[in-house]
Amino acid sequence: MGVHRRSAASYTFDHVGIRSAAAVVGPKEGHGPLASYFDRIWTSELNNHVSSEVAERALLTEAQSLALDKVGENWAHVDWVVGGDLLDQLIATDFAAREHQRPLIGMFAACAVFAESLGLGALAIEGGGPKMVLAGACSHHLSAERQFRYPIELGYQRTPTAGWTSTAAGACLLSYLDAMNSGDVAIEAATFGRVVDWGSKNPNDMSTAMAPAAFDTIKQHLDDLGRDITYYDQVYTGDLGVLGVKLVDALAQKEKEGFNWSERLNDCGRSLYDIDKQDVHNGGSGPGCSASVFSGFLYRQLQTQQFQRILLVSTGALFSPTSYQQGESIPCIAHAVAIVRHN
Amino acid sequence: MGKEGARQLTQEMQDYQTMANQMRPKKPLLKNAVTAFFVGGIICEVGQGVQWFFMQHGMTAKEATSPTTVVMIGVGALLTGLGWYDRVVKRGGMGGSLPITGFSNAMVAPAMEYRPEGLILGVGAKLFTVAGPVLTYGLAAAFVVGLVRYLITGVA
Amino acid sequence: MTFLWAFVIGGLLCVMAQLILDLFPVTPAHVLVLFVVLGALFGGVGLYGKLVNFAGAGATVPLPGFGYTLVSGIGEAVKIKGVLGLLTGGLTAAAGGIKAAVLFGLAAALIFKPKT
Repeated sequence: MGVHRRSAASYTFDHVGIRSAAAVVGPKEGHGPLASYFDRIWTSELNNHVSSEVAERALLTEAQSLALDKVGENWAHVDWVVGGDLLDQLIATDFAAREHQRPLIGMFAACAVFAESLGLGALAIEGGGPKMVLAGACSHHLSAERQFRYPIELGYQRTPTAGWTSTAAGACLLSYLDAMNSGDVAIEAATFGRVVDWGSKNPNDMSTAMAPAAFDTIKQHLDDLGRDITYYDQVYTGDLGVLGVKLVDALAQKEKEGFNWSERLNDCGRSLYDIDKQDVHNGGSGPGCSASVFSGFLYRQLQTQQFQRILLVSTGALFSPTSYQQGESIPCIAHAVAIVRHN
Repeated sequence: MGKEGARQLTQEMQDYQTMANQMRPKKPLLKNAVTAFFVGGIICEVGQGVQWFFMQHGMTAKEATSPTTVVMIGVGALLTGLGWYDRVVKRGGMGGSLPITGFSNAMVAPAMEYRPEGLILGVGAKLFTVAGPVLTYGLAAAFVVGLVRYLITGVA
Repeated sequence: MTFLWAFVIGGLLCVMAQLILDLFPVTPAHVLVLFVVLGALFGGVGLYGKLVNFAGAGATVPLPGFGYTLVSGIGEAVKIKGVLGLLTGGLTAAAGGIKAAVLFGLAAALIFKPKT
């Protein structure tokens, strides 16, 4: 009973179930290999909303509502809403909360916010606080482009290491379960990362910046819980992309003789799109990336027993246009949650 | 003394950056250069055609330059409005950005983009976000060059 | 012949810009600023003018041509107005292009919506 503290970073839980999960994505994501797993696919980026910011908010609201609808719950029973997005002042998450009127824990951890939300929600529930927590995250390609890069119609060439901010949202309904039954999907552990900055400065290469943070959190998690990476069927990083997964693998090999993570490592950003055909270069990114891939694809893989145990490691680059224009390197963070299916 | 807040990289971090540099997919230098050549060349060729048209109507090459620029800026603006010019640059890179049509794209794109933020602070203020540096330093450089020439020769 | 050289010189200028973009850690904005400044410099020493006579639009359509226009505008204005021409000449020569870009930008903002 109660939270088990394994270290300052890692905690384990016995009673936190994920009762439902829902993902809503944009048209490009809907043409990707995971299309059949998403609950709703928009036919256009804006889906008739007046701006990309409003569209992003709507994307999140749809995912949250679908997660509730699936198990016949309504907003009134949600104790906490937890989550975040990429926009300044969290205007997607915060403005969506204007409508649902539930207590809100809005967080910023860039693209790492989804795992952070699941971890914090689990911690609160297991600790005897809220009974039901709706955790979610979202991103929108167009709103991120205009905030971080250039106007949509301004021509520029993407570099091979550039990520593609996904138009996607995912939400999970967490609740306290007295006992786990067969088929329940549960959050079993969480490891909160620290900020890692190994001196990367290129805003067009998040993989190199974030990979050390992902490696640090995964290693911390395995050490704290006395586990080997083979404990998990798959370790899914958030949006390291093609290059980032290779870098984490290389860091693991350097760390210790015999560390071979390549079989277990996978990445939400790499899975969301067809890398060869969809012109996304390094893969998908954005808070909605790991949120939608988990809430759409991975959750179902656990339900259907394709996977028994996975570790979701959402990764975030904590920089702003201001910080990189001032020449600062890019601090990164990764948060991990272990999610299991009970037999 | 480095900049305040600048981080000292440990050997491990430096080794990592070296490794990442090797593993990072390279930019397709040759392909980019070849497409830039053809895209840029074709745009200039169109410009030459426009200039030729004005010269057929009695202008000298020098006189025709200014109206040619205006026409090319119009073409760039139209293609930007139709949502095509970003594709030209995506393939052609600097072949699309360096010609004056790219300058037009750099002004029209933010104007369209920031329409939801209003006509004054959106369109009006953001029109020069990308083109501003080019104007600023172009004007400054031209002034300095003109001044130096004036001081040396007495006629700029 | 100008048609051939317009293509070749215009293309080559773009290749130089592309190589700088790809080989150095700079943004497209840095490259564009560099080229407009280079256009002003080479215009000032009389070299860019020769390129313009030779390659026509191949030299005037790329951005260095804009720097060249600013400098040659200053040159002409100083002949007429003296020192004041240093301040008025550049923008006078470039007025058509800048004003066209502003007006087209405004018009496009009112007519078109960004696609995806």
